[in-house]
Amino acid sequence: MSALAALFMRDVRLAIRVGGGGGIGVLFFLTVVVLMPFAIGPDLALLGRIGPAILWLGALLASLLTLDRLLAGDYEDGSLDLILMADTPLELAVAAKAAAHWLTTGLPLVIATPLLGLFMNLDGRASAAVALTLLVGTPALTFIGLIGGALSVALRRGGLLLAVLVLPLTVPVLIFGVSASNAAIIGPLPFGTPFTILCALTLVSLVVGIFAAAAALRQGME
Amino acid sequence: MALIDLANPTRFLRLAHRALPWLIELTGALFVIGLYLAYRAPDDYQQGATVKIMFLHVPSAWLGMLCWALMSVAALGTLVWRHPLADVAAKAAAPIGAAFTFLCLVTGSLWGRPMWGTYWVWDARLTSVLVLFLMYLGVIALWRTVEDPSRAARAAAILTLVGAINLPIIKFSVDWWNTLHQPASVMRLDGPTIYPTILIPLLVMALAFTLLFVTLLVAAMGNEILRRRVRTLMLMQAQSAPGSAE
Amino acid sequence: MNLGPHAGFIIAAYAVAALVIVALSVWVELDNRTLRRRLARLHAQGITRRSDKPA
Repeated sequence: MSALAALFMRDVRLAIRVGGGGGIGVLFFLTVVVLMPFAIGPDLALLGRIGPAILWLGALLASLLTLDRLLAGDYEDGSLDLILMADTPLELAVAAKAAAHWLTTGLPLVIATPLLGLFMNLDGRASAAVALTLLVGTPALTFIGLIGGALSVALRRGGLLLAVLVLPLTVPVLIFGVSASNAAIIGPLPFGTPFTILCALTLVSLVVGIFAAAAALRQGME
Repeated sequence: MALIDLANPTRFLRLAHRALPWLIELTGALFVIGLYLAYRAPDDYQQGATVKIMFLHVPSAWLGMLCWALMSVAALGTLVWRHPLADVAAKAAAPIGAAFTFLCLVTGSLWGRPMWGTYWVWDARLTSVLVLFLMYLGVIALWRTVEDPSRAARAAAILTLVGAINLPIIKFSVDWWNTLHQPASVMRLDGPTIYPTILIPLLVMALAFTLLFVTLLVAAMGNEILRRRVRTLMLMQAQSAPGSAE
Repeated sequence: MNLGPHAGFIIAAYAVAALVIVALSVWVELDNRTLRRRLARLHAQGITRRSDKPA
């Protein structure tokens, strides 16, 4: 097994085993989405209109809060130093870690979306649209979050700082994700337009994310 | 036989081993009777045959709440009396209670779609059961996150007791919240008063569900005791491994 | 048995209930078997608790 595959499998196994990396993410997503109607009111019509936005915000926050386990755990036990010193290019190593993180944290959010769409009074088609945009958008969130994680890895109380760093960078993803969902539900814009831009954003974030994160790690771990 | 006799895990395992076959048979018998009565129950004049969903929905609701009450008593047992099996009971009960609460939500949703036209509505009763479900998931997450069983037990006990105090508050405040913001459409929940032809199947199914809960709980408690033994033995094995510090 | 116009929902509700109950029971049973197997393996290796019979 190549070094990258081994790193990927290790991260996946750790996330599944330890007190619920993915489980906690989905639980938080569920909690946030359930909280919204308490603040907004139980009016189903209103909830249905802003449903996609609520789901996207919930997924964004849930992604964010699980980001610190992406790099912090490895920093604490010294694995990060080993990864930095290894022959494998750092960019690919962080890409493998981020991919494992998305698989165990981001993908469960996507899978939970149809159920939560029910709470937001979204019909099947609307839920499917939101789920699809989240499927494409959550990798972007993970890879952008990777940058923030790398920047704050050496800090001890970096949790909120990471959030503050990452959130502005995720705004375009949020905009186009919600826009695509609404386009599928009420039009008048065709779904494809914002959706392809969302796809482009994700692809860009995949590349920029790993290069920026690797640079930040080399910088921060000196 | 006093409660204190059940405090010995080994004795509990032996009792559980003997009692389980009976419990399983009794549960099965009650379900057979209950399902037959449900099948024969007449259609409700307002809701038609969908009233048969009530025979699943109401018992799961009762058990979801009974389970938290039981977990609260167990929590007191852990914190106040330090009963050895209290935390075993609490840990074993949580997933079962969560499953019943989940079943309550799903059957209610399936009942609501034909009756009210929607799978979900943010009314007081549904919302407070949903919050209860989230609390179950939270306490299960807590059990799984803390490594040491006795520390996990104390943390979970505190969370369970706080939850128990909070449940009536949640119910009460959600009631207010729902009447503060008038919903756009008015949903009517009630049906007629319950006739014996519907009450009897309901009570039998409730009894069947309760016995199912007891059976699952006893079995799960046995598993939890075994799990702790495995953990102890594996710790012993790790300590006596060659090359490790004594 | 005529379940009326909403038969699908009634059947779905009973199906979900059956699924949940079966899943719970299967989980408890499988857990039991795994744990007993692990205990047997540990006993075979000679590791026992003080109150157990010597292996």
